[in-house]
Amino acid sequence: MIPAQFDYVAPVTLDEALSLLAEHQDEAKILAGGHSLIPAMKLRFAQPALLVDIGRLKDLAYIREEGGQVRVGAMTTHYQLESSARLREICPLLPECAAAIGDVQVRNKGTIGGSLAHSDPAADWPAAILALDAEMIVVSAVGERAIPASDFFVDMLTTALAPNEILREIRVPLPPPRTGHAYAKLPHPASGFAVVGVAASVTRGADGTCESASVGVTGVSVKAYRARGVELALKGGALGQQEIAGAATHAADGVDLNEDLAASADYRRHLAEVYARRAIERAASRVS
Amino acid sequence: MKHFVHINVNGADRSHEVEPRLLLVHYLRDVLGLTGTHVGCETSLCGACTVLVDGQAVKSCTMFAVQADGAHVKTIEGFAADGQLHPVQEGFWERHGLQCGYCTPGMIVAASQLLERNPAPSREEIRHGLEGNLCRCTGYQHIVEAVEYAARKV
Repeated sequence: MIPAQFDYVAPVTLDEALSLLAEHQDEAKILAGGHSLIPAMKLRFAQPALLVDIGRLKDLAYIREEGGQVRVGAMTTHYQLESSARLREICPLLPECAAAIGDVQVRNKGTIGGSLAHSDPAADWPAAILALDAEMIVVSAVGERAIPASDFFVDMLTTALAPNEILREIRVPLPPPRTGHAYAKLPHPASGFAVVGVAASVTRGADGTCESASVGVTGVSVKAYRARGVELALKGGALGQQEIAGAATHAADGVDLNEDLAASADYRRHLAEVYARRAIERAASRVS
Repeated sequence: MKHFVHINVNGADRSHEVEPRLLLVHYLRDVLGLTGTHVGCETSLCGACTVLVDGQAVKSCTMFAVQADGAHVKTIEGFAADGQLHPVQEGFWERHGLQCGYCTPGMIVAASQLLERNPAPSREEIRHGLEGNLCRCTGYQHIVEAVEYAARKV
């Protein structure tokens, strides 16, 4: 499978990449790790006239703690996130989600920024990023802006990024005390993508009840979403099996369900509920 | 427009003018004649085309040769040194880790990365570390044993 012809440029600074995008925004695509874009180009689903390869911008690969946040550079690979001992301590959902992606080779090359900017409806990161209430820092030649995760995913393979913008950094607020996280996923048996994936973040109050919960769901609809109905049902209540199971019934409320060979719409609704329950139970049990 | 790439492959500096759309696996096989790296599924799933790029196991069907400009690439041809098999190669030989051999180069490259990251893996960890490589002959049992053999040798 050979992609269509394209021109290629590999800038060595972010400014250079941004001015190339400003100049060629309609025909250019950003190439990060390439593990979403290159398969699409080989199938000729994507035929960009120009590839702007940001793979040489090594200073966009980092994991830092700053301002009460974990800040992750967009070019950080899944493997770097998966293998960070520090993240396992301070924000374990990031390595847990990273480890659930594809396979070793894919995680060595694929990047968090590339995955989020591609916004595959079955990708893992969007669920975690939503549950963590992260913020996307995007830049263009004219400036920088922050987009909350809940506004970032717009439609199938479509984000709030403008054609002249690059996702530069993902900012994750450090979880408050008494917070537990989990990511529960049914992988597609061949591709490893999420048939359904649910990320949950649960914070208990001093009395053990649910102070707040946030739940991100991927694989179920055209884009990943926050399951607000589940969150609302959990808030203020006990975190027993029954309460969690009750709340999880809202996991696919109000969304158009995907339907494909892996799962019908009805089966997906069922899976969303089951995986929401599992993610929330596991998150609640991990509150230290 | 073609681009010049300079890539160190198995210790030798190579440079060629290539189309940007040339995949790394085709550069290795068709331009350099290193046909040990196999083309399997072509969809980033099977791992037959696995090579090391700057020490990281990657699927060379999901990377353009231009992205490897300036990189060090190691293919299966770079594993044996001075007529001595690499311990992972020896493990596959000794423990019958292959039947048809199609997946073997990718398996060996991925297994070498696994042992570098985790020198004493459990059977479960070996299976997990090779999740990106498919074998349709062996049922994996002998492959796991081959990697265990290599872990004891390394």
